[in-house]
Amino acid sequence: MQSSAARFTETPLIRKKKFRESVAKWVFFAMTIAMIIPLLLIVGFLIVKAIPSLSLDFLLDPPMRNMRAGGIWPAFVGTVYLVMISLAVAAPIGVLAAVYLNEYAKDNWFNRLINLAVINLAGVPSIVHALFGLGAFVLAAGIGKSVLAASLTLAVMTLPVIIASTREALASVPMTFREACWNVGATRWQTIRAVVLPNSISGILTGVILQVSRAAGETAPIMFTGALFFKAVQRGTIFPYSLDEQCMALSMHLYVIATQVHGVPESMTYATAVVLLATVLLVNATAILVRMYMRSRKKW
Amino acid sequence: MTQARKKIEVSNLRLAYGGKEVIHGISFDVYENEILGVIGPAQSGKTSLLRCINRTIEFISTAKVSGSLKMDGEEVRKQNVFDLRRKVGMVAPLPVGLPLTIYDNVAFAPRTSGMSNKSELDGLVEKCLRQAALWDEVKDRLNSLGTKLSGGQQQRLTIARALSHQPEVLCLDEFSIAIDPVTTMRIEDVLLELRREMTVVLVTNLTQQARRLAQRTMFLWKGEIIELNDNNVIFSNTPADKRTYEYVHGIFG
Repeated sequence: MQSSAARFTETPLIRKKKFRESVAKWVFFAMTIAMIIPLLLIVGFLIVKAIPSLSLDFLLDPPMRNMRAGGIWPAFVGTVYLVMISLAVAAPIGVLAAVYLNEYAKDNWFNRLINLAVINLAGVPSIVHALFGLGAFVLAAGIGKSVLAASLTLAVMTLPVIIASTREALASVPMTFREACWNVGATRWQTIRAVVLPNSISGILTGVILQVSRAAGETAPIMFTGALFFKAVQRGTIFPYSLDEQCMALSMHLYVIATQVHGVPESMTYATAVVLLATVLLVNATAILVRMYMRSRKKW
Repeated sequence: MTQARKKIEVSNLRLAYGGKEVIHGISFDVYENEILGVIGPAQSGKTSLLRCINRTIEFISTAKVSGSLKMDGEEVRKQNVFDLRRKVGMVAPLPVGLPLTIYDNVAFAPRTSGMSNKSELDGLVEKCLRQAALWDEVKDRLNSLGTKLSGGQQQRLTIARALSHQPEVLCLDEFSIAIDPVTTMRIEDVLLELRREMTVVLVTNLTQQARRLAQRTMFLWKGEIIELNDNNVIFSNTPADKRTYEYVHGIFG
């Protein structure tokens, strides 16, 4: 019989187990680091290169001397316009459709077809969305190249992803909660109001806000539908566009001064990229804060 | 026992999940203000039977019900489903505390049917929590979350919620598997009280629980009624069917 001391000494089996455990941990850790390094490098590189041009004036000034000097205000405002309008269209439609699909829809061929369509739509390349926007909104609907047409195109592009992320958030609410409500005679809507939405709203909002950053960075869908090469704007004009006009946008502006215009100071290109990146990161940070706040109020 | 009014009349009820029949044409009645015990091993169709009564079976898309199940003389499938579920209180085996406060957990059902008077709600919440033997433990923290209660307390909260819409029929599905014996005894006392106001269908794995509480007990096995009889027959040494004797006395099952 083994003495108790012998039972607690390391056997080869235990050593092997410990070794595997530490290998597994370090592999996962290494991958986490490998993911963060490029991000830090990109951000650091951009900021260092952009420092000569970065200033508040750069953000608030319009481009001058054929975009070789001045700032990016019109492009920045254009991006904000596009994102806000596309979100105002896509978010309600997407969230409500997702509620229908997850809470009401029965499992039949029609709804399976819709699911399939949503999943595939999320995988369509943005340039295809651009062509669709050009055909549907600009030409067929007769809106013409404009802020509205570009926003609608972005909305169509973000819609399937909003639906998918909202459905995921809704599905994370346990089925037993719904059944408990139905058992006492609550309608589906009463159940959704009282239990499902309050407990999935953090996930829904996060999904929606993350789509903002995607929409802000896209160039292709707005290129054909409403983004402008250049528009002369006076300094101090806060809202330079109306809905039926074309507008400048940060992503498009970056593309233009990086490849189409010669003699632009290098630091200006990088500064534009920094502003675009900062806008996106700011929105993402908001999403994280919202999620943290909502999570802290979550009730189970 | 005296022939009371028939509360639920089941005749030739069949239930199939995707073509596989699990309840094979059973017929029985539940009388008003009785406690009907339903015993039987797992997979004998006890829970499915309860789901037929309050029509939550309809949430399972593959389920197909045929035959007749009448409550108060009217087919349940012809009744308004929300009214029906308000008439039937349902307690599931595992406790479900909704992610609301204790108060809102109980007030949820009356609110969905339009009750909004604060003092009326207060009274109802207290009454239901008392009936579920939970009031003394939670009366000072009605505004804390129902999900933070212990398992046994949550089960009593579930019972309070099932009572909150003042049902005419209370269906209990193995309510005691998540509660300690002392609490179980307290709830059993409550059920004997409730019997004056409502009809109780008690599905249970504990044959002795059915013996203690029910007036009549039904032995369900593989979707068929082996025997439905007065308790003093079922739990005697000479029930009508030999299998009943063997199940009740732990020889098979």
